[in-house]
Amino acid sequence: MIDVRNIHKSFGELEVLKGVSCNIAPREVLCVIGPSGSGKSTLLRCVNQLEKVNSGHIYIDGTDVTDPKINIDKVRQQVGMVFQHFNLFPHKTALNNITLAPMRILGLNKIEAHERAMNLLGKVGLLDKADVFPNKLSGGQKQRVAIARALAMQPEVMLFDEPTSALDPEMVGEVLEVMRNLAHEGMTMMVVTHEMGFAREVGHRVLFMDEGIIVEEGTPDQIFDNPQNARTQSFLSKVLRA
Amino acid sequence: MDGFLPVLLGITPMQSLIDNHGFQVLTSNFSSFLWGALVTLEITALAVAFGMILGLFFGFLKYLNHIKITYALATIYIDFFRGTPLFVQILLLHFGILPLLGDYTTFTSAVVACTLNSGAYIAEIVRAGIQAIDRGQMEAGRSLGMNYRQTMWYIVLPQAYKVVIPPLINEFIAMLKDTSLVSIIGVSELTLRGKLIYASSYEPAWVWGAVAIMYFVMTKLLALFGDYMERRLATE
Repeated sequence: MIDVRNIHKSFGELEVLKGVSCNIAPREVLCVIGPSGSGKSTLLRCVNQLEKVNSGHIYIDGTDVTDPKINIDKVRQQVGMVFQHFNLFPHKTALNNITLAPMRILGLNKIEAHERAMNLLGKVGLLDKADVFPNKLSGGQKQRVAIARALAMQPEVMLFDEPTSALDPEMVGEVLEVMRNLAHEGMTMMVVTHEMGFAREVGHRVLFMDEGIIVEEGTPDQIFDNPQNARTQSFLSKVLRA
Repeated sequence: MDGFLPVLLGITPMQSLIDNHGFQVLTSNFSSFLWGALVTLEITALAVAFGMILGLFFGFLKYLNHIKITYALATIYIDFFRGTPLFVQILLLHFGILPLLGDYTTFTSAVVACTLNSGAYIAEIVRAGIQAIDRGQMEAGRSLGMNYRQTMWYIVLPQAYKVVIPPLINEFIAMLKDTSLVSIIGVSELTLRGKLIYASSYEPAWVWGAVAIMYFVMTKLLALFGDYMERRLATE
């Protein structure tokens, strides 16, 4: 479904991705873990071209998204994204955050978009917040609205960029719960996370990244119980001890 | 009319006011002042309205700094009109440039000069307003599959609009006061009327005091309007 082939990405002098290749099969949940600055968020952002790669190719359903000639907006409609800082539209209610893109892009009328949004709000447990503006929502609620907003485009794959990192600890659970349900429904997901418990329980496969490369890759059991690489071992010993 | 009671009732002070020459100058020229204020408002309104169009246009060009040619163009325009006195711009346009372009009046010169000046300041306000919106908003819109134009229009600009209102009102107020400079080329707005009435009456305190109060009333009303807008936007 997604095929990343040997991508390099630099910000000025700093090379953040030094030849990364990976792939995601349909209905697969891929978790990307690693220390801060390892390039995992950049990798995720390259997939939907919020960052342009310096070299390499990324194929989504066979389309090379690094090709400047393709219509990236069309591709992005199939690729939902959830941000660390939610990025809800502050001037729109929860409901209108969700209906905006389906109405403007897919051409849904108000009633259709409204119905779709209410379904999704029900799914993330926020039916009662439909008419509330983002500044009146808690972090966990914001992130759940953001997930609903991305789902409203009915994407084939969802990208999660540290979705719980900006949350108070007591709100992490409600967001992970929504993601867990999504995974069980068979959504293809690429999740950059620091939640090792989630990666282990929900992930089908785990990538460990450090200093711009994929150091180790395997099933959650392989990575968490029997890491082969010394860097993986040292990282996990630090985060799992905490 | 001497005595305590008339003073208490305000009759004596009122009478001495009515008898005062300066006050008589004001009352007999009242309609002239009002017309002057009207011309001042007219120039301000036109300058600000056209200035908004210029400002939006050049502000955008300056915001899109990866397009070098238009960015340079916008920068030259903005820097020139913010970096030279409006007074000089009025003289330059009225005596130096507009005569080359054909028929024009002092009023036209005044509006053109004030518009170009205001446009430059508004352009910077617009650029800063768009820039103030978190980059994540553009990313969120784009990640949903909206194109640049749609995201700008439905997501970034509605937010920038709120950021821009207070500095815009400031600019309107500044422009209203600065229109007094066009009196130098003979546009009979409030300041020039004051000058003429003063010249024939020699009542500087009364005349310039009245002119100042009229400017103040206009700017105060604008400021109150700005406060109202800000409150309305805050509750939205």
